[in-house]
Amino acid sequence: MALVHNRFDDQTIRMSEATAGDFFALLKPRVMSLVVFTAFVGMVAAPATINPFLAIVAILAIAIGAGASGALNMWYDADIDAVMTRTASRPVPSGKVTPHEALTFGLVLSALSVMTLGVLVNWLSAALLAFTIFFYAVIYTMWLKRWTPQNIVIGGAAGALPPMIGWAAVTGAVSFESVVLFLITFLWTPPHFWALALFKSQDYERAGIPMMPNVAGEASTRRQIFAYSLLLAPVGVAPWLLGYTTIGYGVVSLALGAGFVWYAWKVLRMSDSDRVMKPAKQLFAYSLLYLFVIFAAYLADSIIERVFALGGA
Amino acid sequence: MSDKDLVTLTDKQRKARRSRNVAIGLALAALVIIFYLATIAKFGPAILDRPL
Repeated sequence: MALVHNRFDDQTIRMSEATAGDFFALLKPRVMSLVVFTAFVGMVAAPATINPFLAIVAILAIAIGAGASGALNMWYDADIDAVMTRTASRPVPSGKVTPHEALTFGLVLSALSVMTLGVLVNWLSAALLAFTIFFYAVIYTMWLKRWTPQNIVIGGAAGALPPMIGWAAVTGAVSFESVVLFLITFLWTPPHFWALALFKSQDYERAGIPMMPNVAGEASTRRQIFAYSLLLAPVGVAPWLLGYTTIGYGVVSLALGAGFVWYAWKVLRMSDSDRVMKPAKQLFAYSLLYLFVIFAAYLADSIIERVFALGGA
Repeated sequence: MSDKDLVTLTDKQRKARRSRNVAIGLALAALVIIFYLATIAKFGPAILDRPL
């Protein structure tokens, strides 16, 4: 028996047709843009300064780390992505990238991003980034997602950590203010994903993922969406109530929170026979706007406060 | 070694490989520049002024 095979044929080797763009798609660029934005807000809001170039390096490392966890997620979830309309065209289920390529890509970028952040910025932010990647890829993707309808509630912690990482990158510490920023995204995640799960429940059913509407029913999901919106609205205003921001942010966050509760109320009042589910689609769209605008308001408030502090100095 | 032993890439595979190679090259170049500039940013210009 030959120990070394020199002959290749279609059966034994597959030459990759994956382009750089296919690998970039593995990073989940849209999710990455949200991570970059919230991490940036955490950095600007932090009560310290950092060399601007190191700030760019930190943002880049956080973005790559988040992307790497997305690649690991796509590697592990290729089987369920293939049967869901929303995810069937992703690089692995569509056959553009092999699972092995996605896994290697995710692992290499995870190590590279954490080491870069640790060596060039600080090790607390690097440790938080490593924890975020581990939490998303292992705790959420491999364990919670296929096991419990609380998957996105607990797993939401991974998506909520970037502002804390940004904060830690600048200050080298974690404070209560950064925890409040974490809580906003953490409490926003369940109503956001359950609104999607309501009108995509057949997709999740087909993939066998225990999302809340498939396990507890639509009526229970609608009630829980409303309950989380009642929690989210005051937490969104909390930075102003705790004295971290000016009244400008307070007014914006109050209006945004009221809007969130209003859309969640419409979902709660949605009829059982409603298959178009317009209120759920509206809440899903509004939730994206909510998160972007509330963090943009926090950013604007932090910048204005700094400008006034400089003027007063 | 005969021709049968070699893998002949299709046009699509060749283009894809080139695209990956360019991306890896750019990423490595970016890493070099980032670490060079970050070293100066972290330690300041004094890092160049040391006894040999």
